[in-house]
Amino acid sequence: MLWLTCPRCGPRPLDEFAFGGERRPVPDWIQGDDARNFDEVWMFENPDGVTSERWFHSAGCRRWLTVRRDTSTDTLVAS
Amino acid sequence: MNELVDTLQPLRWDEPKAAYDVVIVGGGGHGLATAYYLATRHGLTNVAVIEGDYIASGNTGRNTTIIRANYGIPEAIRFYEHSLEMYAALEDETGAAILHQTKGLIWLAHTEMALRAERARCLLNAACGAETVMVTPAEIKEMVPQIDLTGGGRYPVLGASHHLRAANARHDRVAWAFASGAMARGVHVIQHTPVTGLLRDGDRVVGVETVRGPIAAGIVLSATGGRVTALAAQAGVRLPVRTHPLHAFVTNNYAQGFEKIVSDTELFCYVSQTERGQMLIGAEFDAQPSYSRQSSFAALRSYSYKVSHLLPFLRNMRILRQWAGSCDISADFSPIMGFTGVDGFVVTTGWGTWGFKAIPAAGEGMAELIATGRTPELIAPFALDRFARDHVLADQGSTGTR
Repeated sequence: MLWLTCPRCGPRPLDEFAFGGERRPVPDWIQGDDARNFDEVWMFENPDGVTSERWFHSAGCRRWLTVRRDTSTDTLVAS
Repeated sequence: MNELVDTLQPLRWDEPKAAYDVVIVGGGGHGLATAYYLATRHGLTNVAVIEGDYIASGNTGRNTTIIRANYGIPEAIRFYEHSLEMYAALEDETGAAILHQTKGLIWLAHTEMALRAERARCLLNAACGAETVMVTPAEIKEMVPQIDLTGGGRYPVLGASHHLRAANARHDRVAWAFASGAMARGVHVIQHTPVTGLLRDGDRVVGVETVRGPIAAGIVLSATGGRVTALAAQAGVRLPVRTHPLHAFVTNNYAQGFEKIVSDTELFCYVSQTERGQMLIGAEFDAQPSYSRQSSFAALRSYSYKVSHLLPFLRNMRILRQWAGSCDISADFSPIMGFTGVDGFVVTTGWGTWGFKAIPAAGEGMAELIATGRTPELIAPFALDRFARDHVLADQGSTGTR
């Protein structure tokens, strides 16, 4: 199992965290407020490689942190 | 095993042509079933199925082979019930042995809340044509003598819904049945040929680029699992899909019979016995999206912990193999089938943890859509544009996962 390093609690097992989704901008080629809001709400980048994502330390200090992870190998990447 | 080997059908592999009427990306159950029904129902045989590895090497060969229709929304119950019926007739239809076995699925509830949800499921299933009835703990014990109704003192069993016609079938044989049926009618199945991109002519998709060169197509179907987001992006299509790993494992042979499929709505795990006698165990997908197919000790420990509370005999079993597959989890936990808004490009994706049971019905539906250009009624609710139309099919509670 992955261990995430919480800035407040130190290294903790992934089980204690809830996935909060990837951090991503809506692509520039999507034009118009409605289309951009729709993409923001429903679509995922689902990247195959290094991504930056939010995790919630739900069974710990209950704060958010940002993690860089390689989804091809499911390993953490130094930020 | 001899009688099984005797029924294997030899498969004939073809070299790719420069152009086809239909190119299907992905030689799993969904791609092969679509090709099979294009050939048998619609007479379309100028069709190629292009697989990056060998057929059924992806999620078709990695799932826990449970066929059921006890869903929580009418659209899904009708669709999966049709698929369940098609599975039951598949050996007659294709002439290939898929080791289909109707077992019945027991879907356990540990709280009053879950019991209420299961009662609602039974009523809705009955209204939509699927047979699901409530059973008491005593009845569960009779059907599954191995169960500990106290759940190891932690997860007491208060009742369950019993989905009578749930079944198992051998997954790779399902893929082979469709592959050999399609190939016998002239469909090309091309293995070990990864698709690297889509060919575009303006906004239209006109073929695929592969490691063995370009292949032109009148229409391209993405039936791939795993890296579908990247493929669709080449057509300018955005998908509400995230790919998560799901693990499973089998034990050594269990000498006694284990007649039922046992599933748990609150522990999120499911247990059945394979035709070889091994106990097959799966559970919920990983919280983090990933394309890694590396199974982990953490998954093994978590799944074993859950199932051994319910079925203590499993503590004495040895684990033979564990593996992982990639589940494309859609935003509303329902599949995505049909047109994409881009000419020449259709998808069947978002099959998450519920793809195997849908293979025949989805293949039949997608074949009709490709052949006629119209979306069949049964799969129409699952169109990609349902998100824009605000008609999402939220049914996470029926996926057996969280």
